[in-house]
Amino acid sequence: MRSIRLGAGAGFAGDRIEPAIELARNGRLDYLVFECLAERTIALAQQARLADRSKGYDPLLERRMLAVLQPCRDAGTRIVTNMGAANPLAAAELVRDVARRQGLTGLKVAAVTGDDVLEQIRGSDVALLEGGRLADLGDRVISANAYIGARPIADALGAGAGVVVTGRAADPALFLGPLIHAFGWKPDDWEKLGKGVLVGHLLECAGQITGGYFADPGVKDVPGLARLGFPIGEVSENGDLIVTKLDTAGGAVTTATVKEQLLYEIEDPARYLQPDVVADFSRVRVHSAGADRVAVEGGRGEPSTGLLKVSIGYRDGFVGEGQMSYAGAGAVERGRLALEIVRERLALCGVPMTEARFDLIGVDALHGAELSGGGDPYEVRIRVAARTDAADSARAIGDEVETLYTNGPAGGGGGWKSVRPVIAIASALVPQSIVSTQLSFFEA
Amino acid sequence: MKLRQIAHSRTGDKGNVATISVIAFDEGDYPFIAEHVTAARVAALFAGVASGPVSRYELPALGALNFVMKGALGGGVTRSLALDAHGKGLSSALLDLELPELAHAGRHPLT
Repeated sequence: MRSIRLGAGAGFAGDRIEPAIELARNGRLDYLVFECLAERTIALAQQARLADRSKGYDPLLERRMLAVLQPCRDAGTRIVTNMGAANPLAAAELVRDVARRQGLTGLKVAAVTGDDVLEQIRGSDVALLEGGRLADLGDRVISANAYIGARPIADALGAGAGVVVTGRAADPALFLGPLIHAFGWKPDDWEKLGKGVLVGHLLECAGQITGGYFADPGVKDVPGLARLGFPIGEVSENGDLIVTKLDTAGGAVTTATVKEQLLYEIEDPARYLQPDVVADFSRVRVHSAGADRVAVEGGRGEPSTGLLKVSIGYRDGFVGEGQMSYAGAGAVERGRLALEIVRERLALCGVPMTEARFDLIGVDALHGAELSGGGDPYEVRIRVAARTDAADSARAIGDEVETLYTNGPAGGGGGWKSVRPVIAIASALVPQSIVSTQLSFFEA
Repeated sequence: MKLRQIAHSRTGDKGNVATISVIAFDEGDYPFIAEHVTAARVAALFAGVASGPVSRYELPALGALNFVMKGALGGGVTRSLALDAHGKGLSSALLDLELPELAHAGRHPLT
């Protein structure tokens, strides 16, 4: 049976680059896929594009392409990525320019557009999954991007693209597109599409399946995390998968690392909603197939819903924050006193806030007092964070923490403050019919 | 005995929803885990963290459970004021869950 090799070159925008180079050079890959868009990334990219029409794509796109285009050309490996973010056309032009600089004449770069649906839904009264309606967000809305599926990616590959650049595509679709292209899977072959989504879901977070985000010393030890290898998926025509990595790379691929990634960010495992299919992971089995080789079988699929998820980015005020550390005898008591002082100061000064937190890092900041038993630590760090409508109010939060230096409890050190505008994300479902994708090609 | 001795876990996030897997190191321990790590127990553990209901999905073929907690992330990852806005550390809190003793607990080979 025919099979192809897919590698993951990035699991988030800021991911390490050397593992991708290692895969490009030595992975004998058919496809190298870079998944770089988190929920909020595209809204931030949309803002970057509003400030400069030529920007709005992944800031590491040029570095990544400089590093992998040549070895991918040499190995006959094609690249798929969502690093186009809010500007796939500009991103594709940049990739073409990098290819020209490297003398990769004839390399065809495709941009997939159409995920930006702000114009289609602006003024509509679509319901938000978080509650409320789009109209409630008024003029605070800055972006709306639909999660598009794998078909346009497969079409771009079919047209000979060596690099495919998308904006907001469903993460697994970046892997499903090459599988559809390579094996000619039909749009209603739900079982194979479901298996393809499983492949994409397992590989899309890169190092999270090769032992990254897994180590727990003494319980789950992983070798060589500083040079963690990114995963390779060997996928057969019927959709069965072997997950593996290069022998020379650090990390580990085990049934345990694969199971953790399988359930990562999944709600109902029998109904993983994707643009191309409703994938069913509920009967998946995994077993070891040798050192750092795990076989995955039993993925299924059912007809897609005809709806696409849309991520809507909107301005949501500001967050102001301040931190300060206390150590040694009485550190916890001094930290608590510091928090009380800041709380009282913010009230005295009438700083308008819609929500605030007063945390004691090292004691109970993550999970609250109920879950945080245990003795007093040697050192603590106070953290005050508050949401405000105005930037000035947000600034006051950190300023009040900073004044603890000369006005607060003894021995406070390491003061730090910040103010940031908040871009929040809401979600909605729209009919697939309002989204139409386009392909544009650029040749080096 | 702690759940951590027989299972591992990872937290994921989707908007204001936290998902937490519980995976048996040894698939033979799955029935024991499924019996003791119930949705009600997880909801009680995280009562101070998650405002919404907790659902449990069973994956016997993997020896795993998947918990879905609504309203667990302070209004959502992009809005939350929490230090750990993604709720990444929730899995470690869940592994601290106290269970009845199992004679063979403490074996966790990395296979």
